[in-house]
Amino acid sequence: MPHSAPGLDAVTTMGGFLLVLSLVVPVAGVLVAFVAGGRHVERVAFATMPLGFAIAVAILIALWRTGGPLAYLLGGWTPPLGVALRADGLSAVMMMTTAVVICAVGVFAHVDFRTPPGSVEARAPFAFWILLLGIWGALNTVFLGGDLFTLYVALELVTFAAVPLVCLDGRAETLQAALRYLLFALLGSALYLVGTALLYGAYGTLDIVLLSHRVHAEPATLVAAALMTVGLLAKTALFPLHLWLPPAHAGAPAAASAVLSALVVKGSFFIVVRLWFDVMPGLPGFAAAQLLAAFGAAAIVFGSVIALRQERLKLVIAYSTLAQIGYLFLMFPLAFDPGSASLQSGGALTGGMLQAISHATAKAAMFMAAGLIYAGLGQDRIAGLAGVGRALPMSVLAFALGGVALIGVPPSGAYLAKELLLQAAVEAKQWWWTVVIQAGGIFTSSYVLVVLAHALLPAGEPVRLRVAVPLYQEAAALALALCSLLLGLVPWEAFLPVPRSIPSYPLALEALANALWPILAGGLLAIVLGRWGPQLMHIPFGKVLVAIVGPARRTVLALGGMLEQVDGMLRQWPAAGLSLLVLAILFGAVMLAAR
Amino acid sequence: MSAATVFGLCAAVAVGLGLYGLIVNPQPLRKILAFNLLGSGVFLFFGVVARRGAAAGFGGDPVPQALVITGIVVAFSATALAVALLLRLFQATNSATLRADAPASAGNDPTGA
Repeated sequence: MPHSAPGLDAVTTMGGFLLVLSLVVPVAGVLVAFVAGGRHVERVAFATMPLGFAIAVAILIALWRTGGPLAYLLGGWTPPLGVALRADGLSAVMMMTTAVVICAVGVFAHVDFRTPPGSVEARAPFAFWILLLGIWGALNTVFLGGDLFTLYVALELVTFAAVPLVCLDGRAETLQAALRYLLFALLGSALYLVGTALLYGAYGTLDIVLLSHRVHAEPATLVAAALMTVGLLAKTALFPLHLWLPPAHAGAPAAASAVLSALVVKGSFFIVVRLWFDVMPGLPGFAAAQLLAAFGAAAIVFGSVIALRQERLKLVIAYSTLAQIGYLFLMFPLAFDPGSASLQSGGALTGGMLQAISHATAKAAMFMAAGLIYAGLGQDRIAGLAGVGRALPMSVLAFALGGVALIGVPPSGAYLAKELLLQAAVEAKQWWWTVVIQAGGIFTSSYVLVVLAHALLPAGEPVRLRVAVPLYQEAAALALALCSLLLGLVPWEAFLPVPRSIPSYPLALEALANALWPILAGGLLAIVLGRWGPQLMHIPFGKVLVAIVGPARRTVLALGGMLEQVDGMLRQWPAAGLSLLVLAILFGAVMLAAR
Repeated sequence: MSAATVFGLCAAVAVGLGLYGLIVNPQPLRKILAFNLLGSGVFLFFGVVARRGAAAGFGGDPVPQALVITGIVVAFSATALAVALLLRLFQATNSATLRADAPASAGNDPTGA
């Protein structure tokens, strides 16, 4: 993959200035907005967005035309002394995703965070637009940073911009959620920082390319790898380190939730990918990759089952994020090549990144749709959603399309991701991950179906919307959902390592049939595990259904209740802190044992 | 025992104490203080790395020192942000705790839009 040509690492390539621009433009936006203040903040944000979007497109085109990674050496100093910015295919597609989501969120947030002429300048809009641009700049740094310390600073910037977004409305619960998020993220970044110190002490550089040539399996390196990985997992909220995620993502305003869930957790995930695939592909070994994916599998089960038991729409989506984060980590063992005993950048990596991109677009659309439903109804209890399908058809459609895209119906990006991961599982002869991947799809369809079933139920009397929902807000959500649904048609092989036998023809009948059975299975699961109120009696055969599935439902519900209790315990601060230490020790021990 | 070893051990003790405090102490302010202790331990560790890596008559490798300065700035801003959040939380609820975290209560009334 990208860093194969050593000559390219030590020079600024053509188009390297684009990388600098992609950092400078959002940061300049933040500074100008900060100085301008008042009504101008939003204008500055809207002026920055097309610029940033154009730069992301330009980087994609430059990468496609040169065929190699772009690089820029700051001040012309070469790596062990200087700092390099590098953009390979992974960075470019993630930057493009970020640009698309941020622009859509900007359009969506125009109503909620505007300062109409004549009104007093409020703090929330001022903070929102500046933080939005701040997150953009910080994420671009994460995707472009060429050394581990730059990545640390970028990661902290992402966190510092994300935490205030959680508590924009200043309610006590959101302040608490923000503080928990900040403190736990700081714990994670401290572990990451210890890891960088160890690596610098051992090899005298933190540059990713130089390190990748120098690292070898010493105890200090492996301890550093374990600490950094676990620190990043805490920031990504991989189960069991997810204590901060549900309250933070569910409590924030809709536009902020969309950014937090779609992009912010991907920042730290991206650094895990950099660390495992680029810095030290040969070090973690088979067992550590299995362990990482095992936590991913646990996240899928816990996140999905608890999502099914939530009463509020935003919490369903927040727990769904938890499950989808687990899905992202399934690629690590599948990328492991036993021959060279290292992680290969191949189909599995592409599958994982595609999953991240699809989740980013789909989840942002779902959070926006949920926000519109909340604004329209004045509440977002799932049991009270009846009739909303008629009152807000476009929002519900956006939610449905986002959900369908996440489930992996062709031609969505998640479909392609699933195919690539399944193919990698067959090639690596790791059938157990096939089971987990399929189960993930089934779980996803179950909670999407529960919500849709409630939203499409007829209401006793027509729903009266509390506020009129502007058309372009719904259009922004719908556009993102469509984007996620059509991602499978993008020619990814220009940017990501796609194997030759790529599953094309996503519109073929066979592929559709393959995509259908997880939905049916998910429907069954939804019937057994979902929250159903008395409305079930109104649908045809509802009573028969209750009589048939009643006993099975009671058993499964008891199991679900147990999972929920375990989740409640794990989300206590001391338990989460201890899990963090235990995970660090586990990863260290597993890597040392495999040495 | 060389000076670097002694300082390395000190760093380890500070990191350990910080971790303990951050995980065990229920009060947010103490957690913030514990984070600062943890951070100081990490920075001291960078100093040890600089000392050990020093060559050619230098008193220390300057790169880790530059990293520490950046790290201190980051830790300082993190502390400021955390204290600001804590103050707002205290103003809003007259208590400062992270306990009541049942997600049902974590947003009965989100602005949603």
